[in-house]
Amino acid sequence: MNPVTHSPQSPYRRPRPGFADFSRRTVRFSIAVLEGRAPLERDSLRRSARTAVDDLTEYLKVAQWSEAGFYALTGVAGVAVLVVAVAVAAVLAEGAQASFHAFGFGFLWGKIWNPNPSVNVFGVVPFVDDTLITSALALFLAVPLALGSAIFLTTQAPRWMRGPVGTAIELLAAIPSVIYGLWGLYVLHPLMEKTVEPWLQKYLGWSGLFGGHAVGLDILTAGVILAVMIVPTVAAVSRDTIAAVPSAQREAALSLGATDWESTRMALLPYARSGIIGGIILGLGRAMGETMAVVMVIGGRDAVPTSLLSGGQTIASLIANELVSYQTTLQVSAILEAGLVLLLISLLVNVVARLLVWRVLNVSTGTME
Amino acid sequence: MSGPPPRPPVSKFDRTSRRLVMNYVVAGLCGASVLVVLYPLLDIVYTAFIQGGGVLFQAGFLTDTQPPPCSAISCNTVGIGPDIEGTLIMVGLASLIAVPLGTFAAIFASEYKGRGLGRAISFTADVLTGMPSIIVGAFVYTYFVLYAPTIELSPQVIIPSAIAGALALAIIMLPIIVRTTEEALRIVPNSIREAALALGIPKWKSTLRIVFVTSLPGALTGILLAVMRAAGEAAPILFTAAGSPYYAQNLNQPTAALPLLIYTFALSPSSNWLKVAWGATLFLLIMVLTANIIARLMIHRMAVRMGRI
Repeated sequence: MNPVTHSPQSPYRRPRPGFADFSRRTVRFSIAVLEGRAPLERDSLRRSARTAVDDLTEYLKVAQWSEAGFYALTGVAGVAVLVVAVAVAAVLAEGAQASFHAFGFGFLWGKIWNPNPSVNVFGVVPFVDDTLITSALALFLAVPLALGSAIFLTTQAPRWMRGPVGTAIELLAAIPSVIYGLWGLYVLHPLMEKTVEPWLQKYLGWSGLFGGHAVGLDILTAGVILAVMIVPTVAAVSRDTIAAVPSAQREAALSLGATDWESTRMALLPYARSGIIGGIILGLGRAMGETMAVVMVIGGRDAVPTSLLSGGQTIASLIANELVSYQTTLQVSAILEAGLVLLLISLLVNVVARLLVWRVLNVSTGTME
Repeated sequence: MSGPPPRPPVSKFDRTSRRLVMNYVVAGLCGASVLVVLYPLLDIVYTAFIQGGGVLFQAGFLTDTQPPPCSAISCNTVGIGPDIEGTLIMVGLASLIAVPLGTFAAIFASEYKGRGLGRAISFTADVLTGMPSIIVGAFVYTYFVLYAPTIELSPQVIIPSAIAGALALAIIMLPIIVRTTEEALRIVPNSIREAALALGIPKWKSTLRIVFVTSLPGALTGILLAVMRAAGEAAPILFTAAGSPYYAQNLNQPTAALPLLIYTFALSPSSNWLKVAWGATLFLLIMVLTANIIARLMIHRMAVRMGRI
């Protein structure tokens, strides 16, 4: 990005007296006095002291201190960002200790979540399952749409259309999650219950994915609403990376007689691939951590899912539903451990995505995720 | 000796037309996918207007307290006053924490990026923007409920309260502010920095008075986006502020907020509460969408001014 970088220490090296000058002069004067070269008398002292004080004031004025102070001030703020990240993980881990002592690593493959005080057994599998299934559904639905939109915006749309349509898609990312939840509850829910799910049962029932009653508040609906929510993320990153492909790539393909689509498929998409994958993974991260919309449509069922039409509970919705209304204290600890699992998964996903996207764009992308 | 079998005669026109048809099919699909993607946006805005329009423009809706639950047709549907107030209080407090911290962190990450720490900070901020917001809520809740009482110097905060909610929102806002401000600083041309340094201006002063001021529109945009994000978040304040039907008397008590109101009322069976939820949704939507459009225009204008477009 910045081919010409200024060296951080440039202006102070040369003409201005610094602390080194001051101390060097002081030492030199002291030595001269010791050797008897400079008479230790009033005038000589005064002259020397005056230069020393001048040097010192100049030095203080000149900013090494303010420079260091500013560096420290901004540095502390920067480190605070790191501290927040570490503190979140540390506090969750601390809270999860009781559960970890009770279940050990068995928590990670425990299939039963039973907060009944007489049972009090917790395993995270149902929630990890639901988190992964809803996110996978969301990706399955959102990625083709997002890619299509990104290709449309970069190669097909007339220039005047790109700004407004791109902004409109990004606005989808700005709508608060709870509003998606309300919309899901009152618009999507009846649609899924009355139309989509019976249709799926009728024509795709043989696949075994759509067993049970169509109630409209289930894993499938959560996946659909997550898809709507992550489309802007995937689309924005894909659009930016496709737009970052040097136009010579595409022009070369076009000059060989490729059609628009062929040039996109053969020149643009392979070049932008890692950025697009990064965008998809970012979308995955967002889908896994999304809470309010999911809580409102997923139906809250703490068991391993049997069908896409059964109620579920993602890790995020588990925290929202049960952290405060718990039955046993061990449950709180188990919820925090589940939260830690979610945090680690989503950090991992985000790190991978950011690395991929950074490599392509070398600047970060969207201002809003 | 037989040569290779003769190729079936494919007329050039056929192949070309097949490719062209493919081209148009894909173009059509891409255009259609944009329509599908934009449909929810339009439908959300439309539904919010239909369901909440009548309530929002009622006298007193923005200032009165919430109505008692009721399911008759002519139920009272005023007010979301405490929720607007609570959101303002918490987002304001959160901004007091997150804006200076985030701005300075961004300056560090952008202007001292020669050292590895700057890069680490901007990467961490980037990753933090992807942290699930419910985790932030759980973190603040757990810290103040379980650990603050056991740590001697730690501030003791009552949970749920406006202070705890504001802290959670500040954690949501911090990485967004860092990222957008850093980006705004980064598109300030280097020649401006070099000109300032060549005049003998100390680096900190040139950073603060010249580089940062030049990037101010971008930084303000980032703050605006972060504020709007915080105003719409329900997950971090679900436990930490918890909602309340009354106006806040002080900062150390359960506090109402717009997203919490929408969440609670959406799941309630009484019809007037649902109407209020839609009214609040419309209000929040108008705020968020307007702010975002303004922010995009500001980003665009700044990019143009910096000669990037």
